[in-house]
Amino acid sequence: MNIVLKNANLLHPGENIDKKNVDILLSDGVISKIGNLKKEDYTEAKEFDLTNIYVVPGLFDMHVHLREPGREDEETVVTGCDSAANGGFTGVACMPNTEPAIDSAEVILLIKKKAFGHLVDVHPIAAATVARKGEVISPMAELFETGAVAFSDDGVAIKSSAILRRALEYSRMFDTPIIEHCEDESLTGGSMNEGLNSTTLGLNPIPSVSEDLIVMRDILMAEYTGGKVHIAHISTKRSVEMVRQAKKKGIKVTAEVTPHHFTLTDDAVKTYDTNTKMSPPLRTKADVEEIIKGLKDGTIDCIASDHAPHSIEEKEAEFDYAPNGIIGLETEAGLALTELYHKKVLSLAQLIEKLAINPRKILNLPVPKFEAGETANFTLIDPDEIWTVNISKFKSKSVNSPFDKRLLTGKAVGVINNKQMFYKGEKIDVS
Amino acid sequence: MPLSSRHLLGLQGVPKEDIFLILDTATTFREVLDRPIKKVPTLQGKTVVNLFYENSTRTRISFELAEKRLSADSVNFSLSTSSVSKGETLKDTIRNIEAMKVDMVVVRHSVPGSPLFLTKVCDSNIINAGDGAHEHPTQGLLDMYSIREKLGKLEGIKVCIVGDIAHSRVAMSNIFGLKAVGAEVSVCGPSTMIPRNIEELGVKVLYDIDEAIRENDVLNVLRIQLERKAREYFPSIREYSNYFGITEDRLEKIGKEDILILHPGPINRGVELSSGVADGLKQIILKQVTNGVAVRMAVLYLLGTMN
Repeated sequence: MNIVLKNANLLHPGENIDKKNVDILLSDGVISKIGNLKKEDYTEAKEFDLTNIYVVPGLFDMHVHLREPGREDEETVVTGCDSAANGGFTGVACMPNTEPAIDSAEVILLIKKKAFGHLVDVHPIAAATVARKGEVISPMAELFETGAVAFSDDGVAIKSSAILRRALEYSRMFDTPIIEHCEDESLTGGSMNEGLNSTTLGLNPIPSVSEDLIVMRDILMAEYTGGKVHIAHISTKRSVEMVRQAKKKGIKVTAEVTPHHFTLTDDAVKTYDTNTKMSPPLRTKADVEEIIKGLKDGTIDCIASDHAPHSIEEKEAEFDYAPNGIIGLETEAGLALTELYHKKVLSLAQLIEKLAINPRKILNLPVPKFEAGETANFTLIDPDEIWTVNISKFKSKSVNSPFDKRLLTGKAVGVINNKQMFYKGEKIDVS
Repeated sequence: MPLSSRHLLGLQGVPKEDIFLILDTATTFREVLDRPIKKVPTLQGKTVVNLFYENSTRTRISFELAEKRLSADSVNFSLSTSSVSKGETLKDTIRNIEAMKVDMVVVRHSVPGSPLFLTKVCDSNIINAGDGAHEHPTQGLLDMYSIREKLGKLEGIKVCIVGDIAHSRVAMSNIFGLKAVGAEVSVCGPSTMIPRNIEELGVKVLYDIDEAIRENDVLNVLRIQLERKAREYFPSIREYSNYFGITEDRLEKIGKEDILILHPGPINRGVELSSGVADGLKQIILKQVTNGVAVRMAVLYLLGTMN
């Protein structure tokens, strides 16, 4: 089947493509021609008028929790992928804190089997240590061979510096990053960021220095070993400053930030809404300002959601008892467009680098190409569509989001990948 | 003039007028407590549930007595947190209780914000009887009542809260309440027990107990938690009592034997207060307890007659 995307704005910062009013012809999901098409160029095609819509390389979220195996009541590989597609993503990397953890080839194969045939590509991140216990490094060679794209004990940092060292040294053989959730266990154990708000709310505080210390350790260890460290969900001013310095020194460190950490501050916790409880916690205005600066100057390489589904029963509880985390796949692009593009922090091209290109580069995955003969891997973005977040419309199995009813400007309206297409909430037959 | 909110969750943001309304109403009820028949029919037909997720003898009895003096029907519902982890959620519990047609819920919970959570899942008036390290508004109010009773006013009075400020709901309610009515508030304790940024609340920080005694009209001395994790915040009880304990010697040396000292009880004798000071305080501390009943009657009355 032929698909024609008419009058689209083609934007691919990785290939220096930025063209207005272009037509794209897809044949069975493969790019056949890009340019101004005439009627005689194709027969029997489904046409989509994409005036004012940008066609960009498919967005990629390198930090999601799909909860399978273990908590299929909260999310499965398939519902997580549906959520990703609905949010405009054509690829995700899923974290290993499942039950059992992704620390064996079997679990990787199970996830790949569940994801097989979906529009969204799923790339597992394997545990850095067996069962994420921080005691023995995981069988990284086998995990890498089976499809792991990175290693992480996400949820916690790798416990000891000695094991971190071995993980960085060993993973260097595959050029894969160690993704670190940077929190010093001995300083963490509270429910929110330490500051005036934690004092007046009476909640146990988590100091920002808890993150800073591990970021510092990890940067030094990356420098010492020559391994690659990727800082997950960076949230503090000092951490951003340290990553900036480290990059200047040529240390192999990269960083991601979540939409909630550049959108919200710990003022949001004043409602005691458990959907404002996450790890790392929401920080202060000064932290958000430094994050914005880091996004602008390239210190922060990419945006990732830390999509963390939790059941309603677990979240609808006293603040201290509720688990950390929120879902993010279906609000990520909208928040990024609203908070970063429309507030002139990043250009659309820079935003696409952080949402589509850089995450793939960090994980050594190929960036989709805009060339005839390539399988189309696109996200369609309407940067000006004004819409209201409605958790009841989410495809995720969970609804734990603090952004319900929030007005956003800019939306991913469609995705095309693996010879499948979703556009404005509908599945389109492509082949 | 009614109160501006139908719940009492804390003293943060509560207008001065509301605080004085509660204190003035409490004065009326305080007089009732001295009558031979200590009961008024004000809340007849109203049902109050005392929902206590944390052990408390004093506060629970004080509320229960206040409810009975107002002729309300009261029910005690004490749950250990362990039974919660076994199953029923707070939301289910409160909905079950509310189905029994109650009007007001007095709640004590170890997790901050739990009383606010209750306002979102049920229709009763909610009174916070202490939620973790957040607030304990009726304690704050009764402390203010006791200060006003003794010193005649609150405005301009210098009050220092002494002890573990970082883990104290009593401290937070005192700070917000006292600041609202124009008192000058300072805190004194080991630096590990003073929360960062506390100055942003307009509170002065002191580390020298002698200075605190010298500069203030009132000391509100908090109970030091001897058990649990509190021990990581100071080296030893000996060191605490040597440097922050209030003794007769200190008071005498500074010449402030008559300084007003409050304590929410129960006292650790020989720790935050020497035995001699504690004995000298018997009268005022017992008065604080009686005032507590009057203040809680005022809160129950004002909220219970709003709807």
